[in-house]
Amino acid sequence: MNNNEIGNPIEILLVEDNPGDVRLTREALRDGKVKNNLSVAKDGVEALDFLHKKSKKYENAPRPDLILLDLNLPKKNGIEVLGEIKTDDELKHIPVVILTVSKAEEDILKAYNLYANCYIKKPVELTAFLKVVKSVENFWLTIVKLPTN
Amino acid sequence: MIEEHRKILLIEDNPGYVLLTREALKENKKNFDLYVVKDGIEAMSFLRQENKYTDAPHPNLILLDLYLPEKDGYEVLKEIKADDELKRIPVVVLTISKFEEDISKIYELHANCYIIKPINLDQFIRVVKSIQDFWFTIAKLPPKIRGKRRSAK
Repeated sequence: MNNNEIGNPIEILLVEDNPGDVRLTREALRDGKVKNNLSVAKDGVEALDFLHKKSKKYENAPRPDLILLDLNLPKKNGIEVLGEIKTDDELKHIPVVILTVSKAEEDILKAYNLYANCYIKKPVELTAFLKVVKSVENFWLTIVKLPTN
Repeated sequence: MIEEHRKILLIEDNPGYVLLTREALKENKKNFDLYVVKDGIEAMSFLRQENKYTDAPHPNLILLDLYLPEKDGYEVLKEIKADDELKRIPVVVLTISKFEEDISKIYELHANCYIIKPINLDQFIRVVKSIQDFWFTIAKLPPKIRGKRRSAK
């Protein structure tokens, strides 16, 4: 069941423009049971550059084992990023967890129809937010078997 | 949580696993309706409300075994995820297979997640409870499909 049997940390890409949420996510993941390495992209264009190792900045970017994707992003929104990931033969196997403040039915439906692996509504309250990130960590890193890159 | 978001379809031919899954779900205080189909063809009839399943509800979550008689789990997964009405339903693949190749292929076919069935009984129950807890209390499930897909003749 464990995803890092050979000892390599799980590579997580967080696509998030809010520095507060980035910090909280980082903190919640740091205390997790499974060793992981968090990379952050602040907008949709940066996220895709990271995934495609485009430009010098990302030539050594690790291929993520899991992507946490916000929907409201500058430059290119999360729905577009999701659509591009899930139609790219090199990337579509990577699980994408949508983590957003939106609970609009329309967004939920759109995300699942574009093959988001799951959709989570970010709680506004701090402790609830940490709890949700820990649940994501627990489920996706210890219960689920992630694809190997 | 909304009442109708509690229907799970288990696609599994092994009666032992069916029993254990049922037990694990029952331990949760909230009521869950578990529907069981034993092969891939039956699974698609259930989901498409065909034959004896014209009154079958749309499940909120699907638990899919890969090794099934008649039509295997890969085919079922492919059909669900290519169907505009059904593809929104999260599919949790739950199988004993551990081949790395298999795992990537399953994700490429848009399984929502892949879980290896633990052989140990207590661990199996724990895994089913984790699935239930994560998908029904942490994740937001897609809005339900309205009405019947195919109108009666």
